[in-house]
Amino acid sequence: MLQTTALSRLNVGPIDLSLEAGQCLSLMGASGAGKSVLLRMIADLDPHEGDAALDGLPCSAMPAPAWRRQVTYVAADSGWWDPYVGAHFPAGTDFPTLLPTVGIAAEAAAWPVSRLSTGERQRLSLLRALRAGTRVLLLDEPTSGLDVESVARVEHLLREQLARGLAILMVTHDPAQARRLASRHLELAAGRVRTVTP
Amino acid sequence: MIAAAPGISELALAGLLILLNAGLSMLLQLGLARQLLVAAARAVVQLLLVGLLLRTVFQLNSPWLVAAVLVAMFASASYEILSRQERRFGGWWRVGIGSGTTMLATLFVTGFALLTLRPEPWFSPQVVVPLAGIVLGNVMNGVSISLNAFNTSLVRERAAIEARLALGATRYEALKATQRSALRSGMIPIINQMSAAGIVTLPGMMTGQILAGMSPLDAAKYQILILLLLSGGAGLGALATTVVAVWRSTDERDRLRLDRLESR
Repeated sequence: MLQTTALSRLNVGPIDLSLEAGQCLSLMGASGAGKSVLLRMIADLDPHEGDAALDGLPCSAMPAPAWRRQVTYVAADSGWWDPYVGAHFPAGTDFPTLLPTVGIAAEAAAWPVSRLSTGERQRLSLLRALRAGTRVLLLDEPTSGLDVESVARVEHLLREQLARGLAILMVTHDPAQARRLASRHLELAAGRVRTVTP
Repeated sequence: MIAAAPGISELALAGLLILLNAGLSMLLQLGLARQLLVAAARAVVQLLLVGLLLRTVFQLNSPWLVAAVLVAMFASASYEILSRQERRFGGWWRVGIGSGTTMLATLFVTGFALLTLRPEPWFSPQVVVPLAGIVLGNVMNGVSISLNAFNTSLVRERAAIEARLALGATRYEALKATQRSALRSGMIPIINQMSAAGIVTLPGMMTGQILAGMSPLDAAKYQILILLLLSGGAGLGALATTVVAVWRSTDERDRLRLDRLESR
C-alpha cells in the first residue's frame, strides 16, 4: 500500500520501504539516528529527496495536505493550537465517546488543554489523528512515558485500527512492544534501515 | 494671535528643564543624567540639521531632490526595522520582508494623500516630505512590531503549527492564528493613538499647528486626515508584511520552513 523510493534527507537514506494495509512495522534505533527525520520525510513535512506513494499514487503528484490526511504523522511532543480540547477534533465527530478507550474521561472533551497531563495529551494527539480518511499512521514513540495500563489501552486501540486495515509505522524504544504489535522490525543505523529481530 | 517661532533664548530656557532633570537624576543617583543630556543634544542637533536640509530642499523645489530625501528616509527606516527583529529571514528576504512592504505601504498611502490634497506642484516638498515622513514612521512601527511578533510566535508555536500541517491543514490554515495575532500587535499602537486623540493628549502635530496660529478646528481636520492616513498605512504595511511572511516561512508543499529564519 505505502511504498517509499530512495527517501533521503540530511544523513538519513536513501530508504526504500513498503507497508501493507493492516500491517504494523516497528522502527528502532539509537537516539539521533534519524527515526523522526524518516517519519517526517514520509509525511512530506521537510524538504527531501525521493518520493513516497500510496497505492501507486505518488505524494509529489498530489497536494501535500491531501497526502497528509491519508498518511498522518503523530509527533512525540504533541502540539495544540487552541486552548480547548474540543477544537482539535473535526466538528460533528463523536470523539468524546472515544476518550475512554485511551483512558481519559469523556468530560475531558470540554476541558482546556492546559488541564491535561503530558501523557493524556500524548494519547489525545493519537486519537486526533484517527480520522475518516487516515490510511497510514506514522507514530513517533506513541507510548513513551505512559503507565502500563495506558500503554495497554493504546496498544489495544492500535490493534483495532490495524484490524480495520490501517497501516502503522511506529518508532519505539521498547523491543517487547515492537514484538507485541509489529509483524516486521526495522532498525535505523548510519542512515540506513535493516530488518532485525527484537 | 500668531505666536512667533521660538528664538534661541526661548529654546535655551526650555533647555534649563533638561538641566534640572539631569540635576535631579544626579541627586537621586538614577544614573540617567548622561543619557538624558546626550539624547537632548542629539535631538537639538538632528532637528536643526533636518530643518536646514529641508529649507534647502524646499527652496530648490526639485522632484529629484524630493526623491533623494525619500530614499534616505526609507534606508534609515529599513535599518530600524531590521534591528528590531529578534529572528529574521535569511538572505535577501531579510530586507525584502519588512523594508519592501514598508516602502510599498508608505508610497501607496502618500500617493493617495497627494491625490486628495492636490498640492501645486504635485511633488511639492513642503507637502511630500513631512507627509511621507510621518506615514513612514507609523508604517515602520506597524510593520516591525507585527513582523517580530510573527517570527517569534512561529518558533514558539512550532509544535502546534506542525500538528495542524500533519493533520492535513494547508499552510494558510495552519498559520492563520499566528498571522492574526501578529497583525493585531502591529495595529495596537495606531488604534491607541486614535482612541486617545484629543482626550488624553492633543496630538503633537495639532499642538504645533495651534501654537503656530492655525484655528483649532482646521488643526483638528488636518490631524484627522493624518490619523486616518497613518492607520491606513500601518494596517496595509502590517497586512502585506504578514502575508509575505506566511508565504516565505512555508513552502509550496505546505511545510513549515524555520530553516529560513535565523536568530541573532
